[in-house]
This record gives sequence, C-alpha cells and structure tokens, in this order.
Amino acid sequence: MSFSTVLSAAIEGLKVEFVQVEADVSNGLPVFHMVGYLSSEVKEAGERVRTAIKNSGFDYPAKRTVVNLSPATLRKRGASFDLPIAVSILSSLGEIPAGNREKCLIIGELSLDGRVRKVPGILPVTMEAIENGITCCIIPKENEAEGNLVTGMKVIGVESLQEAADFLNGKRTGNVPGETRKIKTCCGFQVSQKENEGSMPDFSQIKGQENVKRAAEIAVSGGHNLLMIGPPGSGKSMTAKCIAGILPPLDLKESMEITRIYSVLGLLKEEMPLIQERPFREVHHTATRASLIGGGTVPRPGEISLAHRGVLFLDELPEFRKSVLEVLRQPLEERSIRITRTYGNYVFPADFMLVAAMNPCPCGCYPDLEKCTCTPAQIQMYLNRISRPFLDRIDLCVEAPRIRYEELTEEKKSESSEVIRKRVYQVREIQKERYRGTGITTNAMLGTDDIKKYCGLGAAESKLMERAFTMMELTVRAYYRIIKTARTIADMDGEEKIGEQHLREALGYRMVDKKYWRR
Amino acid sequence: MEYEFWLAGIQGVAAHKKIRLRECMKTAEAIYYIEETQLHHFEFLNENDRNKIMQAQKNSCFRTDYEKMNEKGIQFVPFFSKVYPENLKEITDPPYALYVKGNLPERKAKKAAIIGARRCTPYGEKYAIDFARVLAAHGVEVISGMARGIDGMGHRGALLSGGKTYAVLGSGADVCYPREHIGLYVDILEQGGGILSEQPPGAAPLAHNFPARNRIISGLSDVILVMEAGKKSGSLITVDLALEQGRDVYALPGPVNSALSDGCNRLIRQGAGILISPEMFLEEWGIEKNEGPEESKNKIKNEKMLESAEKLVYSCLGLYPKDLNQLVSETKLDIKEVLEKLVSLELQGYVREISKNHYIISE
Repeated sequence: MSFSTVLSAAIEGLKVEFVQVEADVSNGLPVFHMVGYLSSEVKEAGERVRTAIKNSGFDYPAKRTVVNLSPATLRKRGASFDLPIAVSILSSLGEIPAGNREKCLIIGELSLDGRVRKVPGILPVTMEAIENGITCCIIPKENEAEGNLVTGMKVIGVESLQEAADFLNGKRTGNVPGETRKIKTCCGFQVSQKENEGSMPDFSQIKGQENVKRAAEIAVSGGHNLLMIGPPGSGKSMTAKCIAGILPPLDLKESMEITRIYSVLGLLKEEMPLIQERPFREVHHTATRASLIGGGTVPRPGEISLAHRGVLFLDELPEFRKSVLEVLRQPLEERSIRITRTYGNYVFPADFMLVAAMNPCPCGCYPDLEKCTCTPAQIQMYLNRISRPFLDRIDLCVEAPRIRYEELTEEKKSESSEVIRKRVYQVREIQKERYRGTGITTNAMLGTDDIKKYCGLGAAESKLMERAFTMMELTVRAYYRIIKTARTIADMDGEEKIGEQHLREALGYRMVDKKYWRR
Repeated sequence: MEYEFWLAGIQGVAAHKKIRLRECMKTAEAIYYIEETQLHHFEFLNENDRNKIMQAQKNSCFRTDYEKMNEKGIQFVPFFSKVYPENLKEITDPPYALYVKGNLPERKAKKAAIIGARRCTPYGEKYAIDFARVLAAHGVEVISGMARGIDGMGHRGALLSGGKTYAVLGSGADVCYPREHIGLYVDILEQGGGILSEQPPGAAPLAHNFPARNRIISGLSDVILVMEAGKKSGSLITVDLALEQGRDVYALPGPVNSALSDGCNRLIRQGAGILISPEMFLEEWGIEKNEGPEESKNKIKNEKMLESAEKLVYSCLGLYPKDLNQLVSETKLDIKEVLEKLVSLELQGYVREISKNHYIISE
C-alpha cells in the first residue's frame, strides 16, 4: 500500500483545526516532496523525518515520496507535524498497519535520532478531539500529563518514533486513562495550593495601609478593578503581590480555560500541567500593544489573556505608552479581545481583574506641597498620560499613604492573607449562588440590565445616588460601577439589600475627578 | 497717539529714558522724525538706544498695528495721557504705556493687591477668596496677576461678590496666560474690570516679564496683601518693590510648620502688617460695613444637624488636607466608617476631597 493518511491538528490562535497528513510513496525519481500551504518550519520537517526514520531502524527506499497536509487553505506552522508525517510515510512503506492508525490523532516533533519532543497546545487539541469523537491520541511523552487532563481520552505518550510504531503495530499497549490518575490530579489540586502560599508576600507583613487592604479585599471579592495612588515606597507593589495570595480558588472549568491558553503558548509545567492558581501577571511599562493584547500574523494570546480569570498588574501606570493603555479599554468592558487579521478574526478570552499603581506626580509627593517639587504643568502632564475613559473603568481608587514611623514599629499583627482569602471565598460563593445559570460569576461582570435586576435600590438609596451623581459629577459608567462595588460591599456584610452605608463606602473609593488635580 | 504707540513699542529702550526723551521733545511725533545728530544731544541715551530709535524709525507698519490693536478693543494709555493712573506715575520706574483690555482701575477707589504663591494650600486659597470677596463687596478694587494659585483665587473672590478686579499680565493683554484661566479672564472683563499689560498686544508670556509686571501690581495698589508665600516665592519680589514704592504690606500668618507660609511669617517678623480680617481695612479706610449674610452663624446651626460620628470626623478636618489613615488614627473609628462619614459630609457639602483620600473642610 503506497498511500496513507494520518490525523493531526494545527492551532490557529486558540482554535484547533484538524489536519490530514497524507503520504504517498511510489516508484519514480527519489525525491521528497511536501505540499499543502506550509510555512518554512514545516517544510524543514522533510529532512528531520527522513533522517529520523532512517535512525529508528527502518529502511527508507529510494522512491518518490509526496506528502500533503490538507486542508490546503490552512497555513501550517510549527514542528508538531513531524511525527504524523513520519507515521504516514511508514504506513505507506507498509511498516504500520492502517487499523490502529485511523482512529488515532498523532502530534509531535521529531529529532534526528527518532526521539519525540514536546510540542505546545496539547490540551486544546485533545479537548477538541474528544468532542469530535476521537478517543485515542499519540503525543510526546513529555506532554502525557497534559493530555491526561481530558477525561475519556486514551493517551499514548511516546518517547520515540519506534515506540509510536510499536504501539500502532499492536506490540505495545498504551496506558488506559485509569481512575487512579484522575484522583491523583484532584489531590494535587488541593496540595499545591497549600505549598505555594509560603513563598508569597502576605498581608500580615504590610504595616498600616488599612484603607488599601480594605479596598483590595473589596476588589478581589467582587472582581473589580483597583487603582492605588501613592508616593514611592508606600507599598503599592507589595500590596498588589499580596492580592495574588487572596484570590479565591479556581474551579475545574476555569482551571481548564486557563490551562488551554497556557498550553498554546507552551508555558505549562511538564509534571503538573494543570494551572490551579489564578494567574497574576505583572506587566512592565515598556510593554507593547501586541504583547498586551496578543499579536503576530497569526495572533498569539497576550498578557491580558494570560491573566484570564486572574489579575493583571500594571505598575507605574502613567509610564505606559498611552496607546498601550487605550487598547485595554475594550477588553476591560467585553472581557475578551477580538483581534482582526486579513485571514480572519481571533477572539481570546480576557476576563481579568485590573490592578494598577501609580504616583500622584512625577516626584511622587503630591499633595504634600512641602515635599512635592513638581510644577503644576508637570503634574498635569503626568496625569494626562492616562485618559479619562481609561480611569472611568476603574471601580476602586485608593491612596496608599506614606507610612509613618509609629505604624512601622507598631507591634500589632495585621490579618493574614489566609483569613482574608477565606472571607473572599465566601463572598464569591454568595455571588456564584445568586448568578447561578446566568454565566456571571462576579459582581463586576454585571451588565446594565443585570444591575437593575440584582442591585435594586430603595428610595433613600436612590436619593443618595441621585445626589452623588450631580454633586460628584459622576459619569454614567462610574455610576454603574459604584453600584456594582456597593453590591460587593453589601455581600461582604452578608446583606441582601444594598444599603446607604454600602453606597457611601463605594463612593469613597470612586475615581477622583481630574479637576481636583488641577494645580 | 499713533506716534506714542510707536514710541512705546520700541524694544530695548528703558521706559524712563523714553519718558525723559518725550519730555524734552514735547511730542512723540517729533521723536519719530528726529535726526540722528539731534539724538546725540541727549546724554542719557547711549549708542544702543540711539540705534534702536533710528531702526524703529524705518519701521512703518506701526500704524496698521495700532489699528489692529484698536480693532481688538485694546485701549492704549501712554504715560502722558490724562487717564494714566496717578499712583503708577509716582513709582520709580513707571511703564511708558499700558495696554488695557476693559477698564483702568477707578482713580478714587481703594485698591488692594492680593498676591501669593502659585503653589498654595487650601488655607491660602480660602483666605485669598474671603479677603477678596469682602473687600470687593465694599467697593475696594482687587488687583493681582491672574497667575495660578493665590492670584487667581483673589480675582475669583472679588468676582464672587460682583466687584471689579484688575489683572496685570506679563504677556500681551490679549494673551490669556495661564490658558486654563480663560474663564477668569472673560469674567473679569464681563464684570467691568480690566486686563492690563505693559507688553504690546500679542506678546508671549516670557519669564523675565513677570517680575517687571509685579511693580505695576504694587504700583497700582494702596495696600499689598500677601496670602501665602514660601521662602523663595516670587511674591516676595513684589513685596520688595512695594516697599520701595512706599506701599503698605500685610501678610497672612500661617502655621509655623507650613513651608508655604514661611515667607509670610518672615514678613510679619520683619514688620509687615498682620492680616486678621478684611474688616480691618474697611475700618481704616472709613468704609461702612454693609451687613452681608452671616455665614458663620449658619455654619454653627448646620453643625448641630450632623450626627455625632460625622461631627467627630468633621472636627478633625481643617484647611490643610488630611489623609484617610490620619483621620482613622485620630478618630479611632473603623476605616469603613470614616470613609462613609466623609462621603456623607461631602454630599452635604461640608468636605471636599482635594486629591484621592485627602480631605479638607469646605464651605
């Protein structure tokens, strides 16, 4: 039999496309020909495959070989087609029978000696495969744990081309997805969380700054965006890092969502592929637009997608290029990012909580006029680097004041992150319960209609908001954001109804209008 | 008048030389047609001055400039004009001419200059407004430089009670600097005040023009009120000039630990008058006090309506901003509660948040 075909898959953005790898070996001039809209790294596969076949102990006759990757309209990239091409050629040569091969998805990179190397994107591929009724896949050994995350999939991790051939010849049986392994992952899920907590900065290490801690707790409880303003050295970055320690645990669905994204970028750990903690991504202010939202001719997810279901931390906010901050506006509202290219649209999830920190002026001391050395024009220019629409998307704004000596030396031990985390978890549970079946998980995700439904205000409360709206010159967006924040504060108090005190506190965290910074 | 405009517009010849030359030659027109040999008779002119004048004679576009200025509604007031302010003539270095948008200060009215630093605290701001408001309500004209900070507040205070106020600019009278004071600029003109400048229309706000305009501010005024000034504030230049001109200087005392009141406190130590209330000027000048609405009484009444926790928070606040954590440690209340009370006070208009989590009282 000279013609054979093998199923493999390619990743476009975050989408998985199945690819048929066809090979035909026939009499003729001994050439190796590859077609099917291939990028140069796939074309190079030819050399690797031929050498690997030879070095794995198979004969490679001097015959005409044609390899086609279909569909021909899809651009094929990456080295993950090496193994399927090799298997396909071996089948054509009669080394591997058709029976096993046809039900199996094969993916992997080959080295010249026939070893199989790991490739990115195994999780989305296996997830897509199981949905399409494919229950067996041959993947690199190093990716085996990742492939095993998908229930019901028979995963064969291979270390070499020879092993893959052996399995397909029936000489070797793969591991069956056993119950034991599944339980192990679940246990690991619990254990690893405890382990990691020691290494992270803890809220109990922060002296004073009670207002910042409170704001951080509210922000995490409801998934709201937080901005901290304060002089250098007041512990803004430290607080942000502590926020990572009070994030509520992930459920399996969320965990898979995140792992999928990390898998495509090849960022998973080999031994513990499942991401079990909410990501905390700190982005340096030299970041480009593409690195933040994702980019490239075939876009790869950027930092905001890596922060999906977690925290995106932007330190020194005004130092970011203005155009970079502006691209965040749409994902902050939509909770996803759509990137348009000539070949099509790519939608990446980007449901993150924004935590930002900034100084109030270039020297950092404003409004302490005795220390501040900036001119009014300098301060204005500094603040103007952040646009109003961007600030409008901040739910909570808080000042991190300079720490006084008494606070620093105070022996009073503050609350630990663990205690706060437990409270956060409870508040998140309240929200989950309330929004069950709506796809909403946090108060921050509420749309305008949802606010009317879930955040009804009494007469006194409406009057308060009316007064605040006119007196504090709130924008409509700010108005709704304040109500959402008040919803969270009420949830933290365990109250079903939003009270005046909740609204007032939420108003206290509102973004101060720029006109106050006029000097 | 066109020739006066021409003479005033010559750059690089000192104002006092222009005045002397004009006195000798009787008219500005005569100077326009003067021969160079004749100029040699005037010993107070050096070669540079002569060259500048001869060069300027070749310039003939001053007529169109003069018309353009008239079209803009800018009044040209040379030194020898009848309307030139008398008190400005007395100073050592009066400007050769003033360019005026709107009106000149009333000759008979008392005039107070309210000056201070651009970087000012809410304390300085409040009293600049208060003094200007009360004085203007009693017909005293407020003169200042329309700069950011105290200057602007002085004008604003005078406008609040419907009084007339005059701004002396370091740029041309048709150039609003700083730009954000455009509203103030328009309001000053609308209420019958005026924008004055020594610089010809269209002149850019150059740094060296500003100390020079200070002598005009003090020269036009009877008294100088310094509301808030740091150690090296430009307001102290004005004070020096004012003292040379024989004007009375008053300073608003500030807390001794406030760097921004340091200049004021030092002035007091050096013998400046202490500003206690605007009424002290009214008494001195024999202006009868008209009974305005008694605000202080209202305030006390209102305070009684506040609930006790709010009152506690309110009592900790002043005109120097305090931050949230400071208030928490002073009131011993929960942070949540303090924030909530502050918002409540803010919504009732008693408190203002001047920067994130920094609060002052407001009226």
